[in-house]
Amino acid sequence: MSPTNRTVVVTGIGATTPLGGDAASFWEALVAGKSGVRLLEQDWAAELPVRIAAQIAVEPGEIIPRPQARKLDRSAQFALIAAKEAWKDAGFTARAGEDASADPDRVGAVIASGIGGVTTLLDQYDVLKEKGVRRVSPHTVPMLMPNSPAANVGIELGARAGVHTPVSACASGAEAIGYAIEMIRTGRADIVVAGGTEAAIHPLPIVAFGNMMAMSKNNDDPEGASRPYDSGRDGFVLGEGAGVIVLESEEHAKARGARIYAEAVGQGISADAHHITQPEPSGNGIAHALQNLLDSTDLKPAEIVHVNAHATSTPQGDVAEIKALRKVFGDDVDHMAISATKSMTGHLLGGAGGIETVASILALVNRTAPPTINLDDLDPEVNADVVRGEARQLPEGRIAALNDSFGFGGHNVVLAFRTI
Amino acid sequence: MAATQEEIVEGLAEIVNEIAGIPVEDVQLDKSFTDDLDVDSLSMVEVVVAAEERFDVKIPDEDVKNLKTVGDATGYILKHQA
Repeated sequence: MSPTNRTVVVTGIGATTPLGGDAASFWEALVAGKSGVRLLEQDWAAELPVRIAAQIAVEPGEIIPRPQARKLDRSAQFALIAAKEAWKDAGFTARAGEDASADPDRVGAVIASGIGGVTTLLDQYDVLKEKGVRRVSPHTVPMLMPNSPAANVGIELGARAGVHTPVSACASGAEAIGYAIEMIRTGRADIVVAGGTEAAIHPLPIVAFGNMMAMSKNNDDPEGASRPYDSGRDGFVLGEGAGVIVLESEEHAKARGARIYAEAVGQGISADAHHITQPEPSGNGIAHALQNLLDSTDLKPAEIVHVNAHATSTPQGDVAEIKALRKVFGDDVDHMAISATKSMTGHLLGGAGGIETVASILALVNRTAPPTINLDDLDPEVNADVVRGEARQLPEGRIAALNDSFGFGGHNVVLAFRTI
Repeated sequence: MAATQEEIVEGLAEIVNEIAGIPVEDVQLDKSFTDDLDVDSLSMVEVVVAAEERFDVKIPDEDVKNLKTVGDATGYILKHQA
């Protein structure tokens, strides 16, 4: 096979999420249909119109030593935890170079965040106002820059082939993984650690999203607040965490005898060019991304048995995505088990594409589609087979899964994975 | 009341422990912040700010570059504390 069209596979996964502090506990809770959404108990939340969020299950302070943690924004802490889990899961025992099976010059890192170090920025502004100039941390800039999670992961794992941070709001995590696939496909790297992270549970982002009328205000029923495809949905619930995978050229993975989870078939990308926050309501923008995926890979619609949908629980977005799937795949949508895992995790913004890619890969490996919870009254416009209530078994044979991610600005990213 | 040399070393050890995670007993007069104690240039700014507060002393930015070792910092604080 030519070096510019190499097959890319997934050899490691890692996640720290509202449902569990690693990929295994995350998956277990997903399949069990558990919600990670809770009432915010912090003092600052008491008077806010939105007082619910899906907070991380295992605080990073329990894992990262304090001297290191105090120099990292929360989003970088999440990314580091997930990346190290994925790296170890891929069979590497030390950073690239120290583990001879990974050549640092051939290892990349692509970790995205939708918002970057927003809590560092806001907290340090509070320090400036309350305690004065001298007390502002000298680590503020390297903590708040949006490439900080990627850079810190790159340093930790010894990635010298290139470190990148694509930013496209809630599509960022998926775009990072797509970028990583291309790095390997085109021969720039043999191994790339890729994913998304977000840590934006702070009064300002919550109030700002709330004032856009984008968030659920169902404070009385936190676990029932995120309800994609339900007629009663009233917006998304903010989540936090990170999901990271290790991508590798198939050749490299086989040469070192690595366990292969799935093939990363490719990606479809498009932009709506329609509105800064509203999705293009007919689904044409998303359909264009899906079509690009089919045109640029050997993926067959008949192979796609599962879609981890973007479905954030907003009235417009959930329907536009289904329309797009119908437009491109027609009757093939009928054999796709569609899961909206944000019903359980909340919406991790730039982290969503990361954890949902982990979920999509585990769905293929375990041949199980996680459920969509809180779906009591299916919106009649959702003309597709949504996995409701309980997890569902996926068919035998060669199967593929899609992970959809869309972001403010009209960014559409679709990733495809397939069993080996 | 002005701090003694011993008290200053003890205070700096606690500060370096908090910022860089180095055991307090490893923070000795002859140790270099950068080479021995894992305090990079950014973390050195934190050490200085914490020392200023603890020992009621002003350490201007232009003097910080001369404080290579714990002994340098201790001597500076002894001389300049209020």
